[in-house]
Amino acid sequence: MKKFVVILLLAVMGYYISITFFDIGFGDSHLVEGVVPVKDAYLNETVNSLNVANTVTSIVVNFRGFDTLGEVTVLFLAVTALGGILYKKRHQAGERSVLFSASKVVTSGSKLLFPAIVLLGAYVFIHGHLSPGGGFQGGVIIATGFLLMLLAYENFTVGHNTLSVIESLAGITFAGVGIWGLIYGGSFLENFLPVGTLNDLFSGGVIPIIYIAVGFKVAAELTGVIYTVLHEKG
Amino acid sequence: MIGAAVYSIRQKDLLYATIATGIISLVLSVLFYLLQAPDVALTEAAIGVALTTIIFIITIRNTVRYEDEHDNKEKFKSGVK
Repeated sequence: MKKFVVILLLAVMGYYISITFFDIGFGDSHLVEGVVPVKDAYLNETVNSLNVANTVTSIVVNFRGFDTLGEVTVLFLAVTALGGILYKKRHQAGERSVLFSASKVVTSGSKLLFPAIVLLGAYVFIHGHLSPGGGFQGGVIIATGFLLMLLAYENFTVGHNTLSVIESLAGITFAGVGIWGLIYGGSFLENFLPVGTLNDLFSGGVIPIIYIAVGFKVAAELTGVIYTVLHEKG
Repeated sequence: MIGAAVYSIRQKDLLYATIATGIISLVLSVLFYLLQAPDVALTEAAIGVALTTIIFIITIRNTVRYEDEHDNKEKFKSGVK
């Protein structure tokens, strides 16, 4: 009986949803006549008034900046939950661990590669408004560099306090830029800096600042995740 | 890519299954690049290939390697986790 009711309910919902979608028609523009489609508005505004070479970045950070703030918050909450779950286990005695001393080749290679990886990550998030990539990608690349070091060196540690300070500062920067925009521009995350010229490093207003903050935040969070998981003894 | 996906589901050895998911991500990031979405390709390459795979491997190292080990109640109770 219960199942029957559920199926009936789903059928009714599916019927109304399909009616709505059949009205639109596949591939048609479902916008009112005479209104500029949102994609054209984004493309025009990105190049003409915001002076950002990478359209994806301008949408992610400027037009949909509030969503990005939400995403960063979700990541932060996930990391907090992971730390909370694994914290108790870490202090119990365990014989199995991932950590063991690596060979000379691995340690030397990691030492050579680590600065290059961190540099690449920093490049990716500093140039987020010019080339593909951005805060999230750069942060993850930096975190993989730290992962390499953590795997190669048994005693390589990352200070939890340092990580949380970096993460908090980056988060505060993001939110602070948003509130600054609210004060000076009229809406949250409004652009209040000069936009500069297209394809310049200092262009796009607040976008580089926000992406550098996001990069630091993501790098700190994911390094924390890796560190917590690696040092958790099963 | 589909072959790797099927393999990762069918495989009982979780380590091989994880590596198969890494291969899926690798092919997916190449696909994203070919479809002119380099931003997404970069994300997929960094997160899918490197980070997720490594975290899964660490988890497998810390817990159990084979799928059937979960059914082994004795071992489950007496120690590993």
